[in-house]
Amino acid sequence: MTILNLVFIVFLGVLFFIAYFHISNYILDVYGNKTLKRFNFENSIRVIVFIAPAFIVLFIFILYPVFETIRLSFYDKFGREFVGLYNYKWAINDPEFRRSILNNLVWLLVVPTLSTFFGLVIANLADRIWWGSIAKSIIFMPMAISFVGAGVIWKFIYEYRGPDNTQIGLLNAIIVSLGYEPQAWLTIPMWNNFFLMAIMIWIQTGLALVIFSAALRSVPKEMLEAARIDGASELKIFFSIIIPYLEQTILVIWTLITIIVLRIFDIIFAMTNGEWQTGVLANLMYDWMFRGGGDSGRGSVLAIVIMIGVIPILAWNLYKHRQEQKI
Amino acid sequence: MKKFSISSILSQLLLLFFVIIWIIPTFGLFISSLRDKDLLAISGWWTSLTTTEINEIYRMSGMESQIEEDGYFKIKGKLFEVNSGKKIGSFGITSKKINEFNIGDVAIFKDESEVLLDEDGNYEWRSRTQFTKKKGKRLFTTSLSPPAFTFENYREVLFKEGIGRAFINTMAVALPSTLIPLIICSFFAYSLTWMKFYGRDTLLAIIIASLVVPLQMSLIPILTIYNDFGQLFGVAAKSYPGVWMAHTGFGLASTTFLLRNFLKSLPNEMMEAAKVDGASHYDIFLRIIIPLSIPAFASIFILQFLWCWNDLLVGLVFLDQVPSEIILTAKLKELLGSRGENWEILTTGAFVSMTVPLFIFFALQRYFIRGLVAGSVKG
Repeated sequence: MTILNLVFIVFLGVLFFIAYFHISNYILDVYGNKTLKRFNFENSIRVIVFIAPAFIVLFIFILYPVFETIRLSFYDKFGREFVGLYNYKWAINDPEFRRSILNNLVWLLVVPTLSTFFGLVIANLADRIWWGSIAKSIIFMPMAISFVGAGVIWKFIYEYRGPDNTQIGLLNAIIVSLGYEPQAWLTIPMWNNFFLMAIMIWIQTGLALVIFSAALRSVPKEMLEAARIDGASELKIFFSIIIPYLEQTILVIWTLITIIVLRIFDIIFAMTNGEWQTGVLANLMYDWMFRGGGDSGRGSVLAIVIMIGVIPILAWNLYKHRQEQKI
Repeated sequence: MKKFSISSILSQLLLLFFVIIWIIPTFGLFISSLRDKDLLAISGWWTSLTTTEINEIYRMSGMESQIEEDGYFKIKGKLFEVNSGKKIGSFGITSKKINEFNIGDVAIFKDESEVLLDEDGNYEWRSRTQFTKKKGKRLFTTSLSPPAFTFENYREVLFKEGIGRAFINTMAVALPSTLIPLIICSFFAYSLTWMKFYGRDTLLAIIIASLVVPLQMSLIPILTIYNDFGQLFGVAAKSYPGVWMAHTGFGLASTTFLLRNFLKSLPNEMMEAAKVDGASHYDIFLRIIIPLSIPAFASIFILQFLWCWNDLLVGLVFLDQVPSEIILTAKLKELLGSRGENWEILTTGAFVSMTVPLFIFFALQRYFIRGLVAGSVKG
């Protein structure tokens, strides 16, 4: 496809949706008033016109797939024959699956906690320093970068050369200058997971940081002043006032990062492709979507396991929504 | 008072520490992308401002190029083209002693031929007897290379490695994938906020539930639909419109949710007044809602655009990995596999892929942050 064609279909694609809304509403404005208003149909048709595209997309891309994935998890690799719990039994007995689940759990434990922690500490530090906003910008910047881009950046940090060569990876250069042997960091089982997690923490701390910075403004200044006059140390203020005050925000950020980490795929796919025991569920699922011509049964089971991880959060969100509706 | 200033210095130092840790990886990548590729392969980017020592092996020309002069048979030549100011410091004729001779020394081989070398790589190899070998002898040089920065890597990556085309492809994926959800979700959010109809609350609850559904749940069924659709109509299963709609689907819940939160904050009286004046919902939408929503649109546009630009999985699953369709992140991943040792290509490619996000980040940071903060209220 030539570039010109590409530009053309991009325009056409966007124009299509604008035209849909404009033309249908125009027709409704011109003809609807006379014939339909009497029966109060105009409003109902307008609702359908407004909602239809979004609802159809929502149905095709989210609602239907959720049920279809659940159905497929009970079917064979082509989705044709019912096999009961076979795929689930396979998963439980598969060492790769167990490894992935374990890795996912470690990721879920480490990344949201450390990102939230660093975000909170940095937000608090930057809040009181005149060059704080520049510092925040810099730490927030990785949020704009793709996971793959971040992968390249960090692969360069972890780069390994044999002991006889000059190390061009920063980490090994430091290690060598301290008199140790260079290491191929990404191939050391178990530890390599933490080197990959460092990348994610590097990215997600920025997210936590900006949200905390916004939330910090809601902490009453008088309370902090009063504590300082009473001689409380900054550390004490941090633990006794700021953390309790931001409890809700901490929870929100922690869940937010948890959701992102649960479906983490790009970093591992780009850095190790799941080798050296770094695989997580999303990578295993991608693998099974195409491995041996693709196995929709096993792939679906893996998707469902990821889904199960978010169900508590989903339920909590719905519960909170209900509460708000009542007020 | 004194205690306060000590703690202030401490917190400044601590923050500085964080900033340095956070900036170094990106900074290293940026510097590396501008370095000469030969230097990049053999020295760390932190040495880029100092002169680098390079050890190289060259082979002199063979018998064809010999000439007779002053009673000698001579082979003259250049070890390397005149380049970025590389200066040879010392050289050797065996791999065991690569620093045996200095410039100006005459090195004598076992066959009693002699070689003279200057610091620019010009050599004169002479012998009393005629040269008979097709291949010349090897010279081991140690040269000092001054800091060298170049845009050559960018030229190569953009035009030879296909990153330039991938950049355009990514734009063709990301722009519609941002605009389409923005268009359809703004109508959706409007009706969820300002229109009364049966099932509205259920629909809202579905949106909130969809916010956290991982996109992995959709991959297999959507891929099946696309394959069936392609077969039924005899078109390609993987195509740009397919990716747009997939991104629209995956971004729909959050876009609608954010827009609805914004619309809810607009004063009800305004809509009522317009309605009394006989404005239809579409009039209200065009004349009142859109102008008021520009800041919200900007935030959501940035969030969704960056999401689509940085996405790998959707582009990998719903597009063919061919030059006319491959997106930047997929291309980078491909290069990581095939050109894993060519750091000049990887670092430059990564930086090219980051230009748009970084531009948005620095130019529109305010909207970006506003969107993130608004989006996090519920998660």
